[in-house]
Amino acid sequence: MAEAPGAPEECPGTGSAQAGRAAACQGCPNQGLCAAGAAGPDPAEAAELRARLRAVRHTVLVLSGKGGVGKSTFSALLAHGLAADETKQVALLDIDLCGPSIPKIMGLEGEQVHQSGSGWSPVYVEENLGVMSVGFLLSSPDDAVIWRGPKKNGLIKQFLRDVDWGEVDYLIVDTPPGTSDEHLSIVQYLSASRIDGAVIVTTPQEVSLQDVRKEINFCRKVKLPIIGVVENMSGFVCPKCKNESQIFPPTTGGAEKMCQNLSVSLLGKVPLDPQIGKSCDSGQSFLAEAPESPATLSYRKIIQRIQEYCEQHHLQEEKIM
Amino acid sequence: MALWGPSPRGYSMALCTPADRANLAGVRHIVLVLSGKGGVGKSTLSTELALALRHAGKRVGILDVDLCGPSIPRMLRVQDSAVHQCDSGWVPVFVGQDKAIALMSIGFLLERPDDAVVWRGPKKNALIKQFVTDVAWGELDFLIVDTPPGTSDEHISTVEALRPHQLLGAVLVTTPQAVSVGDVRRELTFCRKAGLHILGIVENMSGFVCPHCSECTNIFSKGGGEELAKHAGVPFLGCVPLDPQLSQSLEEGRDFIQEFPKSSAFPALTHIAQQILDTSQRSS
Repeated sequence: MAEAPGAPEECPGTGSAQAGRAAACQGCPNQGLCAAGAAGPDPAEAAELRARLRAVRHTVLVLSGKGGVGKSTFSALLAHGLAADETKQVALLDIDLCGPSIPKIMGLEGEQVHQSGSGWSPVYVEENLGVMSVGFLLSSPDDAVIWRGPKKNGLIKQFLRDVDWGEVDYLIVDTPPGTSDEHLSIVQYLSASRIDGAVIVTTPQEVSLQDVRKEINFCRKVKLPIIGVVENMSGFVCPKCKNESQIFPPTTGGAEKMCQNLSVSLLGKVPLDPQIGKSCDSGQSFLAEAPESPATLSYRKIIQRIQEYCEQHHLQEEKIM
Repeated sequence: MALWGPSPRGYSMALCTPADRANLAGVRHIVLVLSGKGGVGKSTLSTELALALRHAGKRVGILDVDLCGPSIPRMLRVQDSAVHQCDSGWVPVFVGQDKAIALMSIGFLLERPDDAVVWRGPKKNALIKQFVTDVAWGELDFLIVDTPPGTSDEHISTVEALRPHQLLGAVLVTTPQAVSVGDVRRELTFCRKAGLHILGIVENMSGFVCPHCSECTNIFSKGGGEELAKHAGVPFLGCVPLDPQLSQSLEEGRDFIQEFPKSSAFPALTHIAQQILDTSQRSS
């Protein structure tokens, strides 16, 4: 989507279906151009996107209004967990363009994307787990992506259209915090295929929940189904004395109360475990490194519930069709 | 606030003041709080910095440009306040015991606290410009600008709009893990490209002392912020430990600096504020 130069503040975007037709377009010098479809969604492009995404069976977005709550950690573990079944092909797409954490968490730092005849090749962690991130396109860890919205949207579209994902059972999309360009664009572009739903990650404090409620409202506005909420960093057990401390105290009842109030399902709570951060820093799967830890057990249960949701969702869709 | 519609509460173009009225003319030092990473404590640091500078006798304002996730109103327990218009623009909300900290945030413009601000870049940029030109701050020693994570629309627009004013520099916040330090490295590059002076790096959430047995666990590792500061050749302003009293007082909107002088995060936070005070005195 591009904003036309001199566009009104409420410009719906030249790539929007509302281009040239929205109330704000009245009086814009480009209104005629937009209304004529010159700048609207390109039907050829939409068809191309659809063709690419036809080979994707399930799509799960990982969202949160709040930053640093564990979206990338969860996305990475969800991908690892799903790829444990060798018959399933899993793709992990990182659309956090200004703060791509996935390459480091997946142990792929310094990897580059290769160009092939059929597009960009994702970087593979395992044979059945491919990853794509803007991190693979940067030449140095100091490189910053200092882009405004339209350029970010362009790259997200490219990630969907130009990456040769192949046949994919699960596409996991890790997002940046917020409810802005990246989020609107990914939902818009993926509407060419199906999105099973969104997993929303939060921490227990109200300061985090207040942003997450906004994200839930965002999902409702764009008609994105919510698979459920994951509460991360929920309690810390001291490795020495085994007493539990609430470092991020659930002063308003935590995710549980919020889920009740908003009628969203709570997929589970994951305790703070110092090993999780260490595993992320060293690019290892925490599930494999600490298979017996309470956090791993909790992650596994959550992953299983997501899997069940997706299967169910798929069955329902087939029935409708 | 009708987020898909045209006109937020109190947001009327007819009432906009001309930019030359210079609402920032009475502001002596502007400090940006930045981080490439989310959830590392930018809003926490902005809030505590404001409180500490206030207790040092300074006149302080906070501008919250995190439009999709404004946290400061709650951290200062003024989430139900609203902004009003006066001749010279928007009147910020005054907080604290003596109503001495001026605060502007999109949180005050929302009809319901859970409303999502689903805006693309251009709308965010327009509101940030308005925040910079149209808030009647009055006389301030410090204006602290709290930002969302990243290096995108909000950051470019904020720096562009503030450049003609008394921009002292940026404080970068990180947590100790490599995953966070990596994003803050990119933020440093942003500062350099934008010609923004870096006041220093703060390492937050570094170590947790168990209240039961006093064992210190480095939940998010340790030392990453200090290493980055050394590597980048910028000042290291200090480590703030994970302190449940700090998170609790932010949840409840209490004045941590006044109420918990014995807590582990207190000396770290006041030390950071002191360094910013020193820098500002040298610059003026």
